[in-house]
Amino acid sequence: MRKGVLLVLFTLCFVLSLFAPSHSGFQSDELLVDDDESSSVPKSDQTTVTTPSPTPRRKFSDSDSDSKIQFTLEHAFGDSDFAPAGTFSARLKTSAHGGQTLTKLRFSRNALTDAEKENFKNLVDGDDFYKIRLPSNVLSPPGKDFVVTSVRARCLPRETLDEHFVIHTDGVNILGVNYGAPAPCSYPRPAKLPSKWSFNSYTILKNTEQAPRTPLFIQDVLKNGEEGEGEVVAPPERSFWAKYWMYVIPLGLIVVNAVTQAMNMPEEQASGQPGGAPAAPGAVQRAPSSAARRR
Amino acid sequence: MGTMLRGFLLLLSLLSITAPAFSLYEDQVGLADWHQKYIGKVKDAVFHTQKTGRKRVVVSTEENVIASLDLRHGEIFWRHVLGPNDVIDRIDIAMGKYVITLSSEGSILRAWNLPDGQMVWEAFLQGPHSSKSSLLVPASLKVDKDNVILAFGKGCLHAVSGIHGEILWKKDLEAESFEIQHMIQASGSDLIHLVGFVGSSRFDSYTIDAKRGELLKHDSAAIPGGYSGQASLVSSSTLVVMDSAGSTVTTISFQDGKVTFSQTPVSTLIEDFVGKAKLLALKLEGVFAVKTGTHTTFVRVTVEGKLEVVDKINHATAVSDVLEISENRQAFAFVHSRSNGIDLTVKLGADWNHDLLKESIKMDQERGSVQKVYINNYIRTDRSHGFRALIVMEDHSLLLVQQGAVVWSREDALASVIDVKTSELPVEKKGVSVAKVEESLFEWLQGHVLKLKGTLMLASPDDMAAIQSLRLKASGKSKMTRDHNGFRKLLIVLTKAGKVFALHTGDGRIVWSRLLNSLRQSETCENPTGLNLFPWHVPHHHALDENPSALVVSRCGPSDDALGLLSFVDTYTGKELSSSSLDHSVVQVIPLPFMDSTEQRLHLLIDASGQAHLYPKTSDALSVFRPELSNVYWYSVEAETGIIKGYALKEKASDDYSFDTRSIWSIVFPSESEKIIKTSTRKLNEVVHTQAKVVADQDAMFKYISKNLLFVATVAPKASGDIGSSTPEESWLIVYLIDTITGRILHRMTHHGAQGPVEAVVSENWVIYHYFNLRAHKYEMSVIEIYDQSRADNKDVWKLILGKHNLTSPVSSYSRPEIMTRSQSYFFTHSVKSIAVTSTAKGITSKQLLIGTVGDQVLALDKRFLDPRRSVNPTQAEKEEGIIPLTDSLPIIPQSYITHALKVEGLRGIETVPAKLESTTLIFAYGVDLFFTRFAPSRTYDSLTEDFSYALLLLTIVALVAAIFITWILSEKKELRDKWR
Repeated sequence: MRKGVLLVLFTLCFVLSLFAPSHSGFQSDELLVDDDESSSVPKSDQTTVTTPSPTPRRKFSDSDSDSKIQFTLEHAFGDSDFAPAGTFSARLKTSAHGGQTLTKLRFSRNALTDAEKENFKNLVDGDDFYKIRLPSNVLSPPGKDFVVTSVRARCLPRETLDEHFVIHTDGVNILGVNYGAPAPCSYPRPAKLPSKWSFNSYTILKNTEQAPRTPLFIQDVLKNGEEGEGEVVAPPERSFWAKYWMYVIPLGLIVVNAVTQAMNMPEEQASGQPGGAPAAPGAVQRAPSSAARRR
Repeated sequence: MGTMLRGFLLLLSLLSITAPAFSLYEDQVGLADWHQKYIGKVKDAVFHTQKTGRKRVVVSTEENVIASLDLRHGEIFWRHVLGPNDVIDRIDIAMGKYVITLSSEGSILRAWNLPDGQMVWEAFLQGPHSSKSSLLVPASLKVDKDNVILAFGKGCLHAVSGIHGEILWKKDLEAESFEIQHMIQASGSDLIHLVGFVGSSRFDSYTIDAKRGELLKHDSAAIPGGYSGQASLVSSSTLVVMDSAGSTVTTISFQDGKVTFSQTPVSTLIEDFVGKAKLLALKLEGVFAVKTGTHTTFVRVTVEGKLEVVDKINHATAVSDVLEISENRQAFAFVHSRSNGIDLTVKLGADWNHDLLKESIKMDQERGSVQKVYINNYIRTDRSHGFRALIVMEDHSLLLVQQGAVVWSREDALASVIDVKTSELPVEKKGVSVAKVEESLFEWLQGHVLKLKGTLMLASPDDMAAIQSLRLKASGKSKMTRDHNGFRKLLIVLTKAGKVFALHTGDGRIVWSRLLNSLRQSETCENPTGLNLFPWHVPHHHALDENPSALVVSRCGPSDDALGLLSFVDTYTGKELSSSSLDHSVVQVIPLPFMDSTEQRLHLLIDASGQAHLYPKTSDALSVFRPELSNVYWYSVEAETGIIKGYALKEKASDDYSFDTRSIWSIVFPSESEKIIKTSTRKLNEVVHTQAKVVADQDAMFKYISKNLLFVATVAPKASGDIGSSTPEESWLIVYLIDTITGRILHRMTHHGAQGPVEAVVSENWVIYHYFNLRAHKYEMSVIEIYDQSRADNKDVWKLILGKHNLTSPVSSYSRPEIMTRSQSYFFTHSVKSIAVTSTAKGITSKQLLIGTVGDQVLALDKRFLDPRRSVNPTQAEKEEGIIPLTDSLPIIPQSYITHALKVEGLRGIETVPAKLESTTLIFAYGVDLFFTRFAPSRTYDSLTEDFSYALLLLTIVALVAAIFITWILSEKKELRDKWR
């Protein structure tokens, strides 16, 4: 008996080892783009890649390569004029090549005044736009022009006013802001006011991504060929189901069939068909059913 | 579910593996495709009829084509497209065997062999600064037994050997901004006079020895009254100039080193003169022509320098150059248009009262006014002089007129297509079937004998041609009714000439053509240019008794703030239903997805001041549009300032059909590091069939499909010039994917060391773009595919069953996009003129890219080659899915040129239209030439091929039925026998 248990365990282990994903096989050299935006946790800073971009001048003349910088967020209700709504503060890193990047973005929003609350209510009633704007250059605001973006006011209110900024920068320039609610907001939008008049802000600073290089081939193929020589490229392990479904399904059907038959059998025997008592169980089963059909 | 998908995938991959090539057999060429050659609007023509042999005319055109045309039929003997970067200035014929062209502001001189168009030699002429150019091919000037060609360009005079193109001498005139007017060879001498102006006030004349290139004399004098840029040479020593006000004629005489001026006000020549007068370019001995309004006045300059009016014509007139018909006898022609034809008058230069020829020619269609005329003479059978005239009309067509009739005409407006749309043909009406020519029995028999010959390979080339034409006839592809597969359509084409054509997709013939009245020059609208075509009215409810119509949007001038024009054209008959000139400009036209009760499509026209105007202006349309007002957004790309702005409509209308707009978002590109060079969007009518893409490991990815996706490519300002003008370190290409409703930047990616020109195409959830990689010194194509992560967890079967998925929830731009992008770059050998993508009726068929190559051909490239998931060693499952192993460059398979052996010269655009048959797409490529074909990206899986043997099928069925009967009878008999036994 114990031997049997051992055998079962052993086969189980073997089967398990078969199913375990094999990491030794081929690994793609494809660059996987990690998506900053997909992270839903509130992030306030983001390390960024330096891009060579000439900058006009530096406002802060500290000798070290880091300097603090501030720029204001302004907002407007519908077609009203823009008014300050908050302050972004960030560190400006200067690399050895002279390229500058913004990091460690922090954001503090001013509390809404009563007039602003009233304006916001009007926006929600009219399903109008809540607009924000940022300077396009953080060193010499507003730069070439303001970067404007807007959202339907009905998208923002949840418990609080939820907002989500993705600021696209290039050195000290702001190109564009993705602004909106973190939650879905599809048409038709219900008019709803927040229970708490405070902003819940998420901010992300985003720099440009490098395009994947065109694979320079001759070396790559050779390298891969050398690596792959030692071991035969194993086909990726497929799941048990994927491999044997064509056997499992008929088997399952047979089992189900057998079970139902087994269920039927005792009943029929109990009812006691007079004609077929001494015959083999299979025949017993078949005869009444056909009889039943005929009736 | 997974297994089903798997099976389907396997089937698909099997299908796709079996269909790698799309080539045609030789005898299939021309069955589904057609190709038409054009040259464009003629701007200069030279006849070559002196010698025996084929009579021809050599022309240069606005599309920078030089062509030799057959004078008998108007066919093209040969043709060369020099392209927009090499503008042809002058053409001439030298030594009776070479065509000489001067192009690129007088810096390239070429000689082409007259009979076959081969280039004989090419000379590059260099000079210190750009200037006007001039060409002189003297008939009797020889330097060391070599014919000399004199070309002026870039401030220098060059003498070039006519035989081998060597520069014999070069003379720099050392005069800044000398604009040459005429180059004159003094008769019988080796002296060349160069006459021109510096600025608008000084007249200069140079005399140069043509043998050695020595400057013999230079005279200069200030012109009283200024100079307007118009001058006419009256004799070898007299020039007539119009002053800058257009009111005074100045005669300049520059004989013997003395320059004398005499001024005559135009009003003394023409009595009721008001406004501005123009000088016509006429090279007639002693006579010049002044154009005032619609009148043309011919004025003679007498030997003493007096002016006298010779003739006055009260029509818009085109005047030809002077033709030397015999010793000291000069003829010239003028043509003016009447209501239904043109009048051609040929006069002898010396004798004004007598017409050599006066003909009126009837024309069967409206071609507008006469723009240019060139005449040529020939000797009639009765030994008198006959004249033929080559006439360029307002609609850019070219006519040859001889003996009072149009010998041939060419519709060369089709060389300058601006926009193409398709229109369905009429539905075949019951009872009134299209008249089919009944063949006689003999013809029918003949056809079958021919076909039999063809299959037995006994046919001669003539027979083959006959078989081909029979095939064409049998397929009925040029019928004027709708067909079941949707192959037969009308291509509505808007051209630069303001003429709209309808071409039949079956054989490419012109069904109708119409020179739009609203697009003709008038006093209110000086320079109308066509912008776009839109389907205006597409009847579905009353398809049998209503004709569809198209909207032609145009504006009065080249600038954005010129007033707009609308014109409505019936697409079956070509009738201009109505036209209106607008009181606002047209910057952008947005076709809205709404229709009013009469099935007219709603359009929103945005003017330069940012106002939106709704068309049609009916209350019905307004009531349809009002509820959707808040959901209408658009954007504008300001490439000069580097700002992209998004707009929405204000609720309140400023008047009934005009709406104020407001800016809701903006993206500002830093001008020191980025410059917009290309934007591209998805086609509005594209259909996407599947929202999800099943990948190898039984996973599904959801495509991010948005109609509001904008692709923007910017480059470093330093790298915006030609390739090679900047180093890899200082050039980069940044690509953006922008949502045009909210202005969100969905994706941003930098290619370092890359530069334009960029060509891009957006379709479904991907963008493909083409650019130059400076580091690798190669062209590259990149792909970005966008996937929606917010719906990624819908893959669970249980969620689907229990209804806990968000697949049916509406997609909104205001929801935060959770997207994932994948991209990959590949090298591509060619530079690219245009990229398009196939489109099919339901979007099921896999896509192919259509690449207009630098060789003016269209190459089909499977989208699978541009899959970002390609890897060096794809797994078994990926192979089944159809992923091709990674290579660094994209293959160019010669068989996949859909233009096969043909070239679409000067290719500018490729338009794809879905047919009703899902597997097939219709492709129209246009440039100077037109090319149309039918293309099945995954082969015609849903129909039988045209050469399918129905007879064999029928035969098999008949045989089977017969066999059934025979065996039945046999078995009956056998049964009977058995019973009797």
